[in-house]
Amino acid sequence: MTVFDHKDEPHDEELIQRLRKIALEIRKDVLLMTTKAGSGHPGGSLSAAEIIACLYFHHLRYDPENPQWEDRDRFVLSKGHICPALYSALSRAGFFPREALWTLRKIGSILQGHPDMKKTPGVEASTGSLGQGLSIGVGMALAGRIDKKSYRVYVLLGDGELDEGQVWEAAMSAAHYRLDNLLAIIDYNGLQLDGPVNQIMSIEPIAEKWEAFGWHVIEIDGHNVRQILDALDFAERIKGKPTAIIAHTIKGKGISFMEGKVEFHGKPLTEEQLKLALKELELQEKLLSIE
Amino acid sequence: MSKIKEVKTMATRDAYGKALVELGKIHKDIVVLDADLSSSTRTQYFAREFPDRFFNFGIAEANMMGAAAGLASCGKIVFASTFAIFATQRAYNQFRQSIAYPNLNVKVVASHGGISVGEDGVSHHCTEDIASMRVIPNVTVIVPADAVETREAVKALVKHYGPAYLRLGRPKIPVIYEDDYSFEGKKLNFKIGEGVTLKDGSDVTIVATGLMVYEALQAFEELKKNGISARVINIHTIKPIDADLLVKAAKETGAIVTAEEHSIIGGLGSAVAETIVQSYPVPMQFVGVKDIFAESGPWKELLKKYGLTSSEIVEAVKRVLKLKK
Repeated sequence: MTVFDHKDEPHDEELIQRLRKIALEIRKDVLLMTTKAGSGHPGGSLSAAEIIACLYFHHLRYDPENPQWEDRDRFVLSKGHICPALYSALSRAGFFPREALWTLRKIGSILQGHPDMKKTPGVEASTGSLGQGLSIGVGMALAGRIDKKSYRVYVLLGDGELDEGQVWEAAMSAAHYRLDNLLAIIDYNGLQLDGPVNQIMSIEPIAEKWEAFGWHVIEIDGHNVRQILDALDFAERIKGKPTAIIAHTIKGKGISFMEGKVEFHGKPLTEEQLKLALKELELQEKLLSIE
Repeated sequence: MSKIKEVKTMATRDAYGKALVELGKIHKDIVVLDADLSSSTRTQYFAREFPDRFFNFGIAEANMMGAAAGLASCGKIVFASTFAIFATQRAYNQFRQSIAYPNLNVKVVASHGGISVGEDGVSHHCTEDIASMRVIPNVTVIVPADAVETREAVKALVKHYGPAYLRLGRPKIPVIYEDDYSFEGKKLNFKIGEGVTLKDGSDVTIVATGLMVYEALQAFEELKKNGISARVINIHTIKPIDADLLVKAAKETGAIVTAEEHSIIGGLGSAVAETIVQSYPVPMQFVGVKDIFAESGPWKELLKKYGLTSSEIVEAVKRVLKLKK
């Protein structure tokens, strides 16, 4: 057993710097993986980099040598298309070798175009058809209750994904069953495939909607590591109801020419764009070490 | 048409509800879900007995399927029930994506299959489910012939790992097996994927499933009077289908009639045809619901009007025998 359990580490500067650096590394992996694959969804992967870094390298309890460890926390990537970010984190956490990252979307790869729980160690649910992950999380949270386990269930949703009615069926049932071991995180980057969320299908007022469905709501800057860590901790103290963290993010975050650009939802960078992007990320890493 | 004998009747959904309670006592990992139809699907019996292992999701089938997947991924043996039409069409993608693709241990047990739903009409009938469920990889599809076989199927499904669709019905239908799952004195063993030869015969084979098995047995008697020796096979497992038994029947009888309470497109008939044409094609006729929607009405009258009777089977046998060389 090599359980990763760092939840109680203090949220000091060192931890925050470390997680910010991991988020940059995840961004690099995402861009390299998707360009090498020739397809994939870099934009939304970048907006969730800090959230995934905080979960996998501080908050979640898991055992990469025993991915099916019964007491592990469960993370469900409901917005399955941003799996490059998850794959990067899982390989860095030790679930599978890093070389696998460069086989993304290729025949015979353990890394499918969307998450596959049977092929990829550490992936908890097969997602990709949007709107289904929160329901799966509800089932996992109920199982934890039946088995009197202390594990918690985390579901990352996209903002466009909230268009799906099933999300709200799941939200209703989670509150009905008072699933305080369930946490939803909404990566609110404001863009969906066809354009800005508020133009394609208005989802506002989001916070009020989740509250009306019986959830405790926390709103944060989804790129601010300290806010993410504090929100994840705070959510554990909310009893009798599930918690939703609405994380305000930027699609394509970290790369000047990708930020807020809808065309990078489902399109990888060209080789030239990749070079520029990696330079930008390296510069950010240098700045981070100076801070 | 005369009956084989006076038989008792029971709804397959009643047998399911009772079986779940018995199995729930033995298997603590069984969890049962429903979508506001537990009094109709009979999961209510389990809910009363094991309230901590029963969850009602309200009228939200998609969410129920996702929750079933989550529970199964944590080691539970999940039974998720609602009406066939809702289980297979309101939540089809959820079943495919969240349950079948990751091969999770979820048994979707749907009552109210076919048109024997009756008066509620087309919105609540379901004549497409065998086709739509069997086309999904990893999925076992079972349609029991009566209440006894339903109990045996539920028991078998608890022991069988993987996603499954079990189709049950609303009305009380004849019980063709003895309570110990024997038929005409012969003790049977329910095995997923194994068809049951109920009557031997040499002129033609009638392959039936669900409530049409009883009709097939009645047709057998009628044909016998006319000097036609029919073999009757009950295919309770439509997927994986018993290819050996069917090909043997094709070889030995040279003609096949299928009978199902389902569209003639994509159901048992198609599954049998797909199987035999690849090794021993023989003439076939399909008894089932034609490519139309039925209507409201008493279930027995509906079966008659839409061609799901023993006399339709007899007519189909006559047709297929003409095609037989």
